[in-house]
Amino acid sequence: MSATEVTLDQLAAWLRRFAEIVEQNKAYLTDLDSAIGDADHGANMARGTAAVVTHLDEANTVDALLKKAGMTLVSTVGGTSGPLYGTLLMKMGMATGAVTELSGEEFSKAFHAGLEGLIARGKTELGDKTMVDALTPAIEAFDAALADGADVHAATESAAKAAAAGRDATTPLVARKGRASYLGERSAGHMDPGATSSTYLFDALAEAIGT
Amino acid sequence: MKKLINNPDNVIADALKGIAASDKDVRVDFENRVIYRATPKDGGKVAIISGGGSGHEPMHGGFVGTGMLDAACAGEVFTSPTPDQMLAATTTVDNGAGVLHIVKNYTGDVMNFEMAAELAADAGIEVATVVVADDVAVQDSLYTAGRRGVGTTVLLEKIVGAAAEEGGDLASIQALAQKVADNGRSMGMALTSCTVPSAGKPTFDLPENEMEIGIGIHGEPGRHREPIGDAHSVAEQLVQPILADLDFTGAPVIAMLNGMGGTPLIELYVMYAEVIALLEDAGVKVERNLVGNYITSLEMAGCSLTLLRADDEMIRLWDAPVQSAGLRWGL
Repeated sequence: MSATEVTLDQLAAWLRRFAEIVEQNKAYLTDLDSAIGDADHGANMARGTAAVVTHLDEANTVDALLKKAGMTLVSTVGGTSGPLYGTLLMKMGMATGAVTELSGEEFSKAFHAGLEGLIARGKTELGDKTMVDALTPAIEAFDAALADGADVHAATESAAKAAAAGRDATTPLVARKGRASYLGERSAGHMDPGATSSTYLFDALAEAIGT
Repeated sequence: MKKLINNPDNVIADALKGIAASDKDVRVDFENRVIYRATPKDGGKVAIISGGGSGHEPMHGGFVGTGMLDAACAGEVFTSPTPDQMLAATTTVDNGAGVLHIVKNYTGDVMNFEMAAELAADAGIEVATVVVADDVAVQDSLYTAGRRGVGTTVLLEKIVGAAAEEGGDLASIQALAQKVADNGRSMGMALTSCTVPSAGKPTFDLPENEMEIGIGIHGEPGRHREPIGDAHSVAEQLVQPILADLDFTGAPVIAMLNGMGGTPLIELYVMYAEVIALLEDAGVKVERNLVGNYITSLEMAGCSLTLLRADDEMIRLWDAPVQSAGLRWGL
């Protein structure tokens, strides 16, 4: 396998690792959500990602893996995170087709389809202090790294760095979407829980592609 | 955390067992976490479902019954239920006359119900939706997810449930639901936060001498914090923003003074006396009322006031028989 491709096994390892990181940070995510939301983000994401892991061995193609993972999140998480993370992965799966590996460009295309779906579902814009503020720069960085001739692993590492920078940039923002938006100015000064869990998605990806 | 629970992860499942055991008039689907009427309403009538995060009991499960809801979906604590649950409920209760979804205006609830409505439409079921957004505490709602849906939901479920029982069609039921949603306003306050079982500690800390004004129903902070005042001054803080937002004179009004779960009834009565005096001074005629815990926020201490600018039709439907765990009269 060349370093420019992402395999089905790596994608399964990605979702497995995502679940592990979420579980390790469950209390932290809930603390972030307590400050500006309703104190359920950690528990909800841990429940959903653990359910995703139980279905990873059922899929023989990339689209089946991602669609199943997305549907599992939609049906187990609830709240805002279920539809948003679920839509992200489902739309990614719909964009890949029944293949067992992806080129960097194909993976990028899937990410864009997923993000577009998430934005349509959440009616969210950049700067609203949501997941989108971490996902958008991450996917942009992934594309930029590929355009510079980086391999997929290096591109995922760039994406993870950009996601973290996007997450950090949510701290001073006043929320305009979700439960935090009701706090108005009081939501400023707190890191967004959704943007934080979104960075785990890319941390997990960089680790999974690197192995 | 001091709670009468077993495992924090099993609170919803365990509570559903208790609901099933305590109320012979409902049937619980434990797999989908949906509470249904034990005896479905007659065929050919519009079905009404609602749902939301748990922790607001008796809403919504306690309002399943004759004259009110056909089904309620229970999410995790403060977390919207999933589209699967709502689709199961919608499919089960549809009598061929369509189904009304009553949704409180929270990003998660709206998205999950939207997905469920799309799936139901694919299955050939006619679904109409009403979104309740009655919380006047949310200012500048152009820059937020909109106003929160709170107390008006209870009044809407009662009134619309009665209309569905009488056999109105889906379009007229939806129009009525929208009219109730448009004419209801609420404002809440808290003396304490609450503790989400899976979090294990209070969502926010409120010092002994402070209160939070403009809270919702999820233990989230509100508009602002200030030194706690007496019941009279707190009542002013609830009444004034509501009356400033909508004219409640010249129409029959239904008022609900609601406890957040941790406030004794005696304090709610003290508050209602203050509220009704302020409303009389303002020329508002309260024709019907509820005082008690109807839409709670776990063990939060505090209360909320809901006013509905009603009309004769709404009052008539309010008075119609209802038999649910949370509201029952006329039967």
